[in-house]
Amino acid sequence: MRNAYNEQLRMLHQNMTEMGAQCETAVSLAVQAVTLGSEELANRVFEVDAGIDKMERDIESLCLKLLLKQQPVASDLRDISSALKMISDLERIGDQASDIAEMCRYSNGAEDKTAADLREMAQESVKMVNESIDAFVRRDLVMAREVIAYDDVVDRWFERIKTDLIAAISTDNTRGEYYLDLLMVAKYLERIGDHATNIAEWVEYSILGKRSKDGVFPDEEQN
Amino acid sequence: MAGIIETKDLDLWYGEKQALHSINIEIPDHQVTALIGPSGCGKSTFLKTLNRMNDLVEGVRIEGLVSYNGIDIFAPGTDVTWLRRQIGMVFQKANPFPMSIYDNVAYGPRTHGIKNKGELDGIVEQALKDAAIWDEVKDRLKSSALGMSGGQQQRLCIARALAVKPDILLLDESTSALDPISTSKIEDLIGELKKEYTVIMVTHNMQQAVRISDKTAFFLLGEMVEFGGTDQIFSAPKNKKTEDYISGRFG
Repeated sequence: MRNAYNEQLRMLHQNMTEMGAQCETAVSLAVQAVTLGSEELANRVFEVDAGIDKMERDIESLCLKLLLKQQPVASDLRDISSALKMISDLERIGDQASDIAEMCRYSNGAEDKTAADLREMAQESVKMVNESIDAFVRRDLVMAREVIAYDDVVDRWFERIKTDLIAAISTDNTRGEYYLDLLMVAKYLERIGDHATNIAEWVEYSILGKRSKDGVFPDEEQN
Repeated sequence: MAGIIETKDLDLWYGEKQALHSINIEIPDHQVTALIGPSGCGKSTFLKTLNRMNDLVEGVRIEGLVSYNGIDIFAPGTDVTWLRRQIGMVFQKANPFPMSIYDNVAYGPRTHGIKNKGELDGIVEQALKDAAIWDEVKDRLKSSALGMSGGQQQRLCIARALAVKPDILLLDESTSALDPISTSKIEDLIGELKKEYTVIMVTHNMQQAVRISDKTAFFLLGEMVEFGGTDQIFSAPKNKKTEDYISGRFG
């Protein structure tokens, strides 16, 4: 029973893991590209992003096939509908990695404190992406909730980098454009943390049937 | 809100074999309640208990309380004919009487003493309209019901059940023998019927339960495992057995 169905669900999880891994690669490479000013690395980010876009379409079509053929209910339904939502966030993460990489053309690759901070911040965002997808595949509620809480860490990084950049501009106003670029990179990384949080909230839904931010089911109170 | 049907610690035996174990449920008024579960789980037995159709089975023994609008249906003073008029039933296989379409629908009201032609005409027309079959048969009311298609016969049986103006309609896999178009017509009809009636249906078609019921009760081995809003049962069941059954892991 359910042999083909289980196989397709396993494939869905495997593809989600792969798409998540590609997003991590894209973000890490993008931050390297921008802080090192490497156009070669940036081009690799664009390639990875194109692959992510294709994976989104493939996973979407797998989900639609599952909905059509298996008419999933209960946890299967939640798994598949969550995956459909999650791939939009993953696809956006890929886009933002490309946006970051594009800025390498304007940055001169100067090594300074903010560049080092951005690489560290990127590691935190990537960790969130990685753990949100891991939590989905392993159905790990604790891990999903840790990701949601971890968003504050990434938000604080953004605030810190912003404060540093304001100070940097006020002492050296000849590099204003460069500093603004770095600020945008920090903002993209902060948004990537938000997407990972969205993914983790869908993991919560796929496990529990509700997201803590939504409260209870409409008909649950009557029963 | 108290249910139109309520059972309390309902047990039922067929001879030595216990078919229902301590069923406690409150079925709400003017809603569609679906009973699901694998074959032999007791859902049809439960359905037939509600209008005492099980009385006809030899060796049946029932304990516990079943009440309809607060009335104990097994109390010595309860008139079974009255009860079955309030709680009508349509079966899996359409079973029109070998008589005209009109006479099939008029059969119940006549049994209950309505003789006036004008009144009967009105009842028959309304019942056929309520069962969404009037337009298809209005020009051949005098022809035999046995000449109708399966889907039409099933809607005729629903019209026959509605003609005595019941409060509750029990449907026992009433679309399982029909093609998708007839099934869809009956599903639409059930959606309409709940404005005036309470519908309780047994179905093996999980998607049908999702499409048309408001509440779902899952039965397994004579026990009611879970009862709740259909959306909740099919998206986030509370009991693992429910989850496993509806997602095809057993059954």
